Formats: sequence, structure tokens, C-alpha cells
Amino acid sequence: MNAMPHTTRGSAYNFGFLDEYAKKEIRRAVLKAIAIPGYQVPYASREMPMGRGFGTGGLQLTLALIGPGEVVKVIDQGSDDSVNAVNLRQFIEMTCPGIATTTKTAESTLTQSRHRIPEQPLTAAQILVLQVPYPDPLVVVEPSEDKRKVMHGEADYSRLLVKLYEDIVQFDEITISHRYPTRINGHYVIDPSPIPRWDVPRLNDAAALTLFGAGREKKIYAVPPHTRAEPLAFSDVPFRVEDFRDAAGRRRACARCGCTDSFLDEFVGDAGSKTYQCSDSDWCDEQLLQAEHAQGEPA
Amino acid sequence: MNRILEVRGLSRIYGPGCPHCVDTTGPEADTNLCPHCGSIVAIHDVSFDLFEGEILGVMGESGSGKSTVVKALYFDQAPTGGEAIFFDGDTQHELFALNAARQRWLRNHRFGMVYQNPHLGLNFNISAGGNIAERLLMSDLMDYGAIRERAKALLARTEVLLSRVDDLPKHFSGGMQQRVQIAKALATQPPLLFLDEVTTGLDLSVQARILDLILEIQQELKTAMVVVTHDLGVIRLLTGRAIVMKYGRVIETGLTDQILEDPQHAYTQRLVASAL
Repeated sequence: MNAMPHTTRGSAYNFGFLDEYAKKEIRRAVLKAIAIPGYQVPYASREMPMGRGFGTGGLQLTLALIGPGEVVKVIDQGSDDSVNAVNLRQFIEMTCPGIATTTKTAESTLTQSRHRIPEQPLTAAQILVLQVPYPDPLVVVEPSEDKRKVMHGEADYSRLLVKLYEDIVQFDEITISHRYPTRINGHYVIDPSPIPRWDVPRLNDAAALTLFGAGREKKIYAVPPHTRAEPLAFSDVPFRVEDFRDAAGRRRACARCGCTDSFLDEFVGDAGSKTYQCSDSDWCDEQLLQAEHAQGEPA
Repeated sequence: MNRILEVRGLSRIYGPGCPHCVDTTGPEADTNLCPHCGSIVAIHDVSFDLFEGEILGVMGESGSGKSTVVKALYFDQAPTGGEAIFFDGDTQHELFALNAARQRWLRNHRFGMVYQNPHLGLNFNISAGGNIAERLLMSDLMDYGAIRERAKALLARTEVLLSRVDDLPKHFSGGMQQRVQIAKALATQPPLLFLDEVTTGLDLSVQARILDLILEIQQELKTAMVVVTHDLGVIRLLTGRAIVMKYGRVIETGLTDQILEDPQHAYTQRLVASAL
């Protein structure tokens, strides 16, 4: 193997922090994950210079996939500027000299995200990496990993559906707000990481490859491009996304850009007043920019 | 009459096993513990047939291997030897030659099991209706309204108050838990039902009502049943044919009336005499 150590200048660390063998192992796990959509591929999650639970799974995927000419975007709950995103981006910049980072979804080739899928649909040339705290959706109904593996193998998800049944009995609707169990390619059910329900349908038949990395739980899985992703539901109680209509039944708009078809965050003011704003900050900026252009043009 | 189940030479040995296990255990040896290797011969060479709509009793004392027989047939524990063929309409399934997924399919769609201990048959953290829904979902019914209707109908049939359909079984009495278990087992209208000491530990009036329920269901749905019990009253009331087990072997088999009125084996004679 030609694992030439191309160390970064002035530092003892390899390009991308991980050694080449570690990257090779992760890439192999990624290939397997793509070959078996939704299957949780175990891998030897490396120790990273940050706590497990800070996105080490996603970061290892990013560092294993990153190459010269890469344009990386890191987001945390839709925002490029929150602590987790800023720190991870700085770490990537520091350990991967020569690559570019961006906050613009359209410009990125590789996006690492915590708990959101960017509003702007990704293209076939882009890869999305999601950070995963709990990879196995069955963990809520079966504590033994051995048994869970058999259940996954046999696509035995009836006990997850019982959870949904109990929800409807108690609350008249399914109360899972994020980490909605989603069946990939008609077999394996995945935990799509804590993305809101809003984002789940956007995994279905997506043009871009979506990779999931769980650092603490040592699992990698994937939703390959143009793969079926169906949230679990009953035939007569269909899956539905968050409802952003106000009491009058009107769709709430982003207070900043006015967008009416994005996922909104709720902000509660001092007086208890509520305002709503796009969760995806880059999307919000784009909308503002477009509105400016439209205004600037002569009528 | 059509055969529904054919069991031949069923064996289950716990432990390493050795060539002497079979010769040194059984009713004659008065033990099921092999003195050479310490293995327990739970059952050995158990064979019987079950016909459509028939109730077969399996009786014997504790440790005679009665429960092991139904656990093997319900895929709870794999046997170490023997075969069983399940006749399902025009198709035949050789139970122990099937892969795990097929076994699970049969278990969910075609078999039902009621355990002595409701903890084994029910999930105590989900509602009574949810327990029945689980079985319906396992058999690929995906319509919430239909599941709900069916769960209610089953609980009504087994005389569980409908107002308690959404309560947790852990808040139910023992008799009611057993009723929910029966409703769950019947959810998919299986042609074959296993009942493992269903009335043990219940008081007499509750026992009588559960047994009545089982008989009614058997007449309505023509479900074939294997009833495991050490209670001769249950055997007499429910079953047409019975097998008597001791130390893992079948020592007597025949019509229930015949066995109870004219037992042939010395052990059966003692068993019948002691019940009076």
C-alpha cells in the first residue's frame, strides 16, 4: 500500500489528522455502507482531539473523504456560526491545508451537518455527512445488540411500529419530533440522526450521497443517491412534517427573509412574544440577497 | 381428518451430551441427568400427530419435558434432534429445517402461544391493545384503524373490558392478563395454538372461565391446540387425546378418557390415583 505520509508543513500531523490507514478503513466502511443502503457498518472509531458526542463520527467521515480542491461547509442546526460548527471548521482548516471552506451550500462539495439537511437541494456532485448520536432506531425497544442485529437482518420492525401505535392511542398523533425511523430501500430502518421530521422526506430519492457517522457508537451508514427513504407510518395515518401554520391557518414566514417554505426556528422574546426565522442561516441569507437583486432591477 | 402437525423423534439435550446420555436416563433410570457427562436430557424421542381442530394434552410432572416440547415447536428453543412437519393447507413446512426468517414468519402468522407466565407472552410496558397490535403488525397489517378494530374485537371476545384496552397489562389481574394473552395469540387466527399451563396459579372460578373460553374458541375457529398441563382436570375438560411424559420420554399415549379411566403405565396410574 502506498500510504505516503503527506504531513502538513510545520506540523507532525498527517493531512486530515487521521493516518492513511485509518482513512482507508473508514473509506472501506463507507463503500460497504453505500453497497448495503441503511446497514450500520461497524468501524474502529478513532480517538479525536475532542469529546465523543461533539461530532467525532461525522468528522472522521469528513477527514477521510476530504481531498485537494475540496470545498467544505460545516453547519450546526442549520447555522454556520454556532460553536460546534465553528470549532469543527477551524479544526478542518488547521489539519487540511489547501482546502477551502465556505458557508454557501451551493459552493460546497462536502457538507458536514449536525441535525439539519440544508434547505437548498444538494446535487449529485455534493456529499452530505451527518453527525449521529444514536445510530440504532431499535435501541428503544430492544436493549441487546445481538438481538437487534437479528431484527435488522430479518427486517423485523414491528415493535417500532407498536411505539407509533401507542403514540396515536395516547396523543392522537405520532409524537416523534426528530430521529424519525426511516426505512431505506425497502429493508433496513435507520435512525436518520436528530434531523427534524421536515428533513426526512428530503432523504428520499435525493441526488446527493448522505453519509451518517456515529463516533461513540462506532457505526457508519449511508443513504446513497436516488434511494427510497420512507418514514415508518400506518397506511391510514400517514407521516407528516412539522406544521408551521398559525392559529388563522396561514403559513408562518421567516421574520428575517420572509421565506414561507423553509424549516423555522421559534424565538421567544422577553415579553413572551414569538418570532420565527429560517433555521438554515445560509438559505435565509440567499433569500435576502435574491430579494435585493429583484428590487435593484429596473421595473 | 387432516393432519396439521407431525412430530417425530424430537430431542433436546442441555449440556455437552455423550453416547450414554440416552441409555442412562429416562423413566427406567429414574432420572433425566446423564451420570457420565452431566447433561440433562429434557426430552428424547417424542413423537405425536395433531389433527385439524383437535386438542392434544401433554401431561406429566414438573421437569418431565412438557414445556420443552411446545417451546421447541414454537421456536423458543431449538431442539437437538428430531423433526416436525407443519401442514398448512397445501403446503408443508419442515419446522426445524427452515431459516430464522421463515420460522419467525410461521410463528407470527400461523402459530399462537399462551404462556403460564404472562410476562413471557405480553410486553408489560405497552397497553393491552398495543400487545395485540404488535402481533398484527408482525403479520404485516399496516392500517391503524383496522388494527384498532381487531384488537377491540379480540378483547371483547376474550371478555376483557373495552374501557381497559389502553391500560397497561401490569395493572390487570392474573386472569385478565391471561385473557389478553389469549387474545394476542388469537390475533392472526392461527390454525395452531400452544397453551403452556395457562390456568396454573389462577383461582378456580377464573380457571373455569378461561377453560370455557378456550373450548368456545376451539369450537368457533376449529383451532388445533397443544395443551401442556399437570392438572388432570384441565386434561379431562379440554383434550380428546393425551400423551403422558416422564423424564423426557413419552410413556403413554391414547384417548384422554382411556388414559384417565384405565391407565396402563405404573406412573400414569399413580398420577391418576393421586389426583383423586
